[in-house]
Amino acid sequence: MNLLTSFIAVLILTLAALGFAYSTGLTYLLTVVIPYAAFAVFMVGFVFRVVQWAKAPVPFRIPSTCGQEKSLPWIRTNPLDNPSCLWGVIGRMALEILLFRSLFRNTRVEILQKRPVYDSAKWLWFFGLLFHWSLLIIVLRHLRFFIEPIAGWINSLSALDGFFEIGIPTLYLSDAAILAGLSFLLLRRLISSRLRYISLFTDYFSLLLILGVVGTGLLMRHFFPADLLQVKNMALGWVTFSPVVPKEVGMLFYMHLCFVFTLMVFFPMSKLMHMGGVFLSPTRNLANDNRMKRHINPWNAPVKVHTYEEYEDEFREKMKLAGLPLDKE
Amino acid sequence: MKLYNRGIILAGIVVFLILASGPFWYGRGRAVSPPDLKLDTPAIEQLKEKLCVEPAPYMRANHMRLLNDWRDSVVREGKRTYTAADGKVYKISLTGTCLECHSNKEQFCDRCHDYAGAKPACWDCHIIPEEVR
Repeated sequence: MNLLTSFIAVLILTLAALGFAYSTGLTYLLTVVIPYAAFAVFMVGFVFRVVQWAKAPVPFRIPSTCGQEKSLPWIRTNPLDNPSCLWGVIGRMALEILLFRSLFRNTRVEILQKRPVYDSAKWLWFFGLLFHWSLLIIVLRHLRFFIEPIAGWINSLSALDGFFEIGIPTLYLSDAAILAGLSFLLLRRLISSRLRYISLFTDYFSLLLILGVVGTGLLMRHFFPADLLQVKNMALGWVTFSPVVPKEVGMLFYMHLCFVFTLMVFFPMSKLMHMGGVFLSPTRNLANDNRMKRHINPWNAPVKVHTYEEYEDEFREKMKLAGLPLDKE
Repeated sequence: MKLYNRGIILAGIVVFLILASGPFWYGRGRAVSPPDLKLDTPAIEQLKEKLCVEPAPYMRANHMRLLNDWRDSVVREGKRTYTAADGKVYKISLTGTCLECHSNKEQFCDRCHDYAGAKPACWDCHIIPEEVR
């Protein structure tokens, strides 16, 4: 059901793109007005979500680690899995963000002969990593449309990505990899009944939307080429605040734009915000220094206390009469 | 409501904003004029009808596919003529047909390719006629 709704949502977007392409006024809206609006929603929404998270206090370090804590000098510590200083935390975060280290520890449990059996499950890690790195490379490659002159490193990246020079225009390895990654991420939700049970609209919709972006992009590159001169004029127009409406760029290009803008607007209000959220994972970004530093709970209510000094001041005379020992005479 | 770890959070937000709006800073608001393609070579000037092998809009988007088909048909099938959609027959040759008219590679091919970041592999095998002279 969730799959069907998200599929219908993507179809509606496709139809909307058709509408955008066939009316001059709407084409203007899609290529001049909506880009700025979508970009603004993306930026403001992203910052808003991060600020919202930052308002939640994290008073205590959560040592859910997989390594030995720093303690006595003769006990070997694991500075990357259980860091006690900033550099260790930076190392752990880098491994988490760049290599998805905690997903690498993913396990699978199955009941075999009435006993639960645990097994490592690396496929999700592998295809997840494949998908995310490809997406990053593809986004960086797209910078060639947004800057002029094109920076050397973008051309080098594209050359490296199209290293095998398969076909004309060259097939980019990241394009093939992202298709493989996306297919896995979608198929695992469709095939495994346990995952199908917990999958929501937003899970399917994000995958189908990105699949739409990738699909239209690949079709444009390899089967129904768009005029890149027009495309770059339009993209450069956006970033130099002199937008132009492209001419004769074809249906697929409008679909591509429509999907991308939807993705940008959908991004801050969806689970895709894990892009920013991964940096704020409390179990990963806090050094385990609970025994070295005192961390005071910021929401502690002020407690009214009556210290012994005050007690003695109050009852000094009576204590003296009763012959009790006093700190101060 | 208080913002916790304000320094690092604000630094992160600033880094995100700068990276995400990178192309805007790179462009600095200067409008870039699209590449100026020169179609005034002597061979084109002499043409009665200034037409390419196929209509210009088709060529703009699909010339790489056409050239790819041409290469395959010559190298793999030995077929050296191309019949255009309007019935005209052309000799299949990059140097002899394409570059006969577009003899100004630097002002025609390269300008657009550099602008769009395309790196055609034509010149891995073919010579650039001017370089021979």
